[in-house]
Amino acid sequence: MIEVRSLTYRVGDADILKGVDLELPEGGITALIGPNGAGKSTLLHSIAGLNRPAAGTVRIGTLDPFAASGPARARTVALLQQTPVAVSRLRVRELVAFGRWPHHRGRVTSRDEDIVDEALAAFALTDLAGRQVETLSGGQRQRAFIAMTWAQDTPWMLLDEPLNALDPRHARDLMARLHRLSRETGRSVVIVLHDINAAAGWSDRIVAMKDGRVFAHDTSTALLRPDTLAAVFDTPFDVLEHKGRPVVVAR
Amino acid sequence: MARVVFAAVLAGLILVSLGLGAASLAEDGAWLLMVSRFPRTAAALLAGAGLALAGVVVQQAVQNRLVEPSLTGTPEAAMLGMLAVTLIAPGLSVAGKMLVAAASALAGMAGFLALAERVPRQDPMLLPIVGLIYGAILGAVATWAAWYTDLMQYLGIWRLGEFSGVMQGRYEWLWVVAGLAVLLYAVADRITILGLGEAQARSLGLDFRQTRGLGLVIVSVLTALVLVTVGAFPFVGLVAPNLVSRWRGDNLRANLPLIAGLGGTLVLAADVIGRLVGHPFEIPAATVFAVFGAGVFLWLLHAAPGRSHG
Amino acid sequence: MAERRLVLLALALLIVSAGFMAWKLRAPFGFILELRGIKLAALICVGAATGAATVLFQTVAMNRLLTPGIVGFDALFVLFQTLLVATIGGSGVARIPGVVQFAVEASMLMVAAAGLFGVLLRRDAADVTRMILTGVILGVLLRGLAEMVQRLLDPSEFTVVQQAMFASFGAVDPGQLGASFVVLACVLALSWRMAPALDVAALGRGTARGLGLDHDRVVIAAMLMVAALVSVSTALVGPVTFLGLLAASLARQLVDTHRHAVLIPAAAGIGATILVAGQFVFERLFSSQSALAVVVEFFGGLLFLALVLGKARA
Repeated sequence: MIEVRSLTYRVGDADILKGVDLELPEGGITALIGPNGAGKSTLLHSIAGLNRPAAGTVRIGTLDPFAASGPARARTVALLQQTPVAVSRLRVRELVAFGRWPHHRGRVTSRDEDIVDEALAAFALTDLAGRQVETLSGGQRQRAFIAMTWAQDTPWMLLDEPLNALDPRHARDLMARLHRLSRETGRSVVIVLHDINAAAGWSDRIVAMKDGRVFAHDTSTALLRPDTLAAVFDTPFDVLEHKGRPVVVAR
Repeated sequence: MARVVFAAVLAGLILVSLGLGAASLAEDGAWLLMVSRFPRTAAALLAGAGLALAGVVVQQAVQNRLVEPSLTGTPEAAMLGMLAVTLIAPGLSVAGKMLVAAASALAGMAGFLALAERVPRQDPMLLPIVGLIYGAILGAVATWAAWYTDLMQYLGIWRLGEFSGVMQGRYEWLWVVAGLAVLLYAVADRITILGLGEAQARSLGLDFRQTRGLGLVIVSVLTALVLVTVGAFPFVGLVAPNLVSRWRGDNLRANLPLIAGLGGTLVLAADVIGRLVGHPFEIPAATVFAVFGAGVFLWLLHAAPGRSHG
Repeated sequence: MAERRLVLLALALLIVSAGFMAWKLRAPFGFILELRGIKLAALICVGAATGAATVLFQTVAMNRLLTPGIVGFDALFVLFQTLLVATIGGSGVARIPGVVQFAVEASMLMVAAAGLFGVLLRRDAADVTRMILTGVILGVLLRGLAEMVQRLLDPSEFTVVQQAMFASFGAVDPGQLGASFVVLACVLALSWRMAPALDVAALGRGTARGLGLDHDRVVIAAMLMVAALVSVSTALVGPVTFLGLLAASLARQLVDTHRHAVLIPAAAGIGATILVAGQFVFERLFSSQSALAVVVEFFGGLLFLALVLGKARA
């Protein structure tokens, strides 16, 4: 379980997070939604132990990500940032293999190789394994980076806007894949999404943020109501139903 | 108010510059003033004004505020031209040499323009780096040529701008700067439109390529003039226009006199400081300015609103 | 495969070195061999230090166009040399043993560089191009400062500094050369131990931290190593700006791997080979000395432009 208690994060004089309290149970997909500047990305980085907060605590199970050593932290929680770039020219397999670094710290075992192969297969990258990352299309590259995060083999996986720059087909494909993999392996995924319908279609829980606070936190169906959404985004929405799932339309 | 302060500073600098030197003004004062002190002061003001104007024109022409003549390979190209003249036709008149220097400066500028069109636009900071390296390549060629022909000392003189050698009869070509300044003032509006980019300029009915060509000829002539008479002064063309733009916005017609004035004032100040700090030795004005100019540039770079992350 | 190319590279370096030593050897053999040996050692040391330093720097700066020379590492070293002469005088500097002087200057550079560039790399990590431009201008500023302090010196002391300023492989102090090799060997060994961490650091600060790497510590460590390497090469022969760029880019082409355990030795080997081969060609075949630095500058610059424009097309 992830427990966040009155987490405050400050840049200069501006409070980006203003006392966030949040409990996320294990398993399934949690979507983080909210307007630009609500603090979604900052919260994700804080949970991963990368943004040291001004006040408050984070616990991932028993682990305090700010007190733990880097490798211990990276074996518990994996974070994929927005638009990662590398200076090295890497092949897909080499990139994905970096996910094992917190485990082997430079001494690669055959178990690491196996997990990398599994991650490549899980994200349909086996055929691309020998390609240079910079020659991939945007969708393939995003998949390669997510496969790296997957190979980290952590109970918690945090993804910051992974659907950015993906066309509808690749976006759907990625969400479906994450959904299935999370069910199969029991690993928990927290994902920042701008597309509310992607959240509606694939997530088990939704956390809506606004102005550096958690505004609402519930199951997808319970949270996606016109009044809640209107309050979060300050713009009116209609919520329809299609095949038992809510569909959100901006009015 | 700011203008009054500016004028007072300039007047003060001119007085100090006129009064400062190894010999006292008490004897032969008028003669000394006319032959040495006044030419030196005028040369600093003209060179600074010329480079500042060249800077603003080249910035508008490539739509990049971080570029200036010394970041376009132009001075190095002019040096190459001068080296060639010194080798092939040492007896050429000064006017002829100036012409060759200006022509090769123009060729260097054309090369930079060709590069600039291939450098990705979305990143404004890439172009100055490319220009810097381009200049370094031309500079390496010049060094190699000078070294092979035993002309290194010439190169040394051109590379480092200073005014200690300025005397009556040796700097008058710089007055051409004044003439070019008037010309620039006449076409200021067109140069401003140039800064909006090719598509926008065309839709406003401006012949983009012709105007840019004219602007770059002016830049080449200004750079070559200054280089040949007093040497290279990196950063003047960058600092003066950017400071004025921060202070007053971007209306060129109104700003051109200020930019020229500020450029002249800064170079004169650098010269005066260079004469005062190491007394009785002199520090070249270009060196003083490199330290000061680089400092201002760093400030510009970091005081500009940064891209925030959410 | 990458390792095999490394072996080939070592062979190439060996052959050029042998050629350098043996070409048109005349009596007195012992004397000429010693002279050439010292020069060869200096060339190898400088080339290797510059190549390795550039790869290290490019990795933590997340940029394949930058070199320590471009951002003014060597200018900072010259500034310290100048300040040393300015404070204790040219004759005072001459009285200190060369090794001690080198140690003082190198440690000053290491502290200053780790502070200055370490902070710069951390603060501006998000905006890479601004960081490059800041570095480039900082280079200009530091060069200007060094020159200004030199001008304030007595003309006779000025010549002391100026001798150290121009890349020349002619006059090398054997004692300093020995110390340089010790430093070079230590830093190369350290970089080899750090290689897996450097591989991760090259993924960028965010991703590297996500993988549990203490990125800031790696950056500072790399900066210290770069400063030590730059001290070695600048103290021996003076600034060489683009050699590192040439060596690092060619190394990436040649061994085609992201692994620093291979990349750093490759860049070191290529840097050394370029210098030895270049010096051999210019000194023995064209019998001219100082042109080498200029030619390296020329080709390094061309390569830089090719890299930028190549990137634009991709």
